[in-house]
Amino acid sequence: MKSGDQSALAEIYDRYSSVVYAVALRVLGDTGAAEDVLQEVFLQLWKNPGAFDAARGSLGAWLAVITRNRAIDSLRRRRPETDIEDVIVSVAPDLASEADRSRAAQKVRGVLGTMPPAQRIALEMAYFEGMSHSEIAGKTGEPLGTIKTRIRAGLMALRKAFQT
Amino acid sequence: MSEHEQFAEDLALYALDGLAGEERLNLERHLATCAACRLELEQLRGDGALLALSTMGPKPPLRARQRLLDAVAKEAAALPTLRQAQGRLSRAKNAREIGHASAGPRRSWWGVLGWAATAAVIVFAASLWKENSALKQSLASASAQAAQSTQELEDLRRIAAPIIAPEAQRITLVALKTPPQPQGKAFYLRNRSSLVFVANNMPPLPPQKAYELWLIPAQGAPIPAGVFKPDAHGSATVVNPPLPAGMEAKAFAITVENEAGATTPTMPIVMMGTGE
Repeated sequence: MKSGDQSALAEIYDRYSSVVYAVALRVLGDTGAAEDVLQEVFLQLWKNPGAFDAARGSLGAWLAVITRNRAIDSLRRRRPETDIEDVIVSVAPDLASEADRSRAAQKVRGVLGTMPPAQRIALEMAYFEGMSHSEIAGKTGEPLGTIKTRIRAGLMALRKAFQT
Repeated sequence: MSEHEQFAEDLALYALDGLAGEERLNLERHLATCAACRLELEQLRGDGALLALSTMGPKPPLRARQRLLDAVAKEAAALPTLRQAQGRLSRAKNAREIGHASAGPRRSWWGVLGWAATAAVIVFAASLWKENSALKQSLASASAQAAQSTQELEDLRRIAAPIIAPEAQRITLVALKTPPQPQGKAFYLRNRSSLVFVANNMPPLPPQKAYELWLIPAQGAPIPAGVFKPDAHGSATVVNPPLPAGMEAKAFAITVENEAGATTPTMPIVMMGTGE
């Protein structure tokens, strides 16, 4: 029974650890801290398998979101804002295989490349640095409303790229 | 600007945990009542996830894998309901990426059992109650002894009443910000074949169905240990069902059966627990 548990987790780890680690590292910029987040995310999943609702989305996307949130919390030294059980993620593309994920990743980088720079910057600040819209507005000198609009437009551009 | 348009941009920020203060509170209030916005939030999170998934980077160090498995093994030694974890993890793994609903029911059957030592008193009370009834019948009608038995029976009835009475209030305490999970607690005294089972937050069943409790012996087939339906609050009790004498219980389990009950369990098992 114990080995059964561990092999299921090990399989999930083998499939998704690189995504989780990459996201954590991108946010934290520190390999030790990224490794800690990696441990935390998988251990949390093992303790709370019910937190992920397989009927509603992709495990990879869910893990990526959880990892990003935890890494941001760690970066900003704040307590987690959302319980992992509250997070439901719906993802359009089929990300079943490493090849699919690789293709999706390339597509996203393409979209980011063609996005207006101000939009991309706002999106990346919000996503990878966990900055609030007022912090981004402060840093870029842009009005609050503009920042909000840019972030939404950025996310919609990503969504649109996968809808066709 | 309509309310929904106003919330559309806030939703995008909220999906990235970038909304704070009054705006966040207003949005959360709105989300509690608006399914369309909740759905949009999930999709926005998905759009954000695409950003995360596009991140490139080095693979994690090899030692991290073993470190995780060691940590998990340590946790496993401390938990009583691993079988449920195994099943759920396997389903999550097998459900792949395509969002099949093959992962089973939405609700987690992971029950957190944390009741106090008063539980032991209830078992003892239930068994004494049973024994006391038998005793009462076989004793001579010496009035002093009869009176004492009646008094003890009365005491025991009083102890057991809050657990068993239909009108008793049932409160489940959980850690804050946790939704109530189905929970069941079975108290079993083997040498008296005495069983009390109490359940909370059981999901309702369709009209012709009932839950059935099973005693899983060390060897041999599962033994029926009572059929029950939860009340409107999801609570249910089973008290002293007929059981073969002296059965050793390795575990208890619950399945869903037709109202009349079954003699062998119908898969799947919906709840299970082993001794503490």
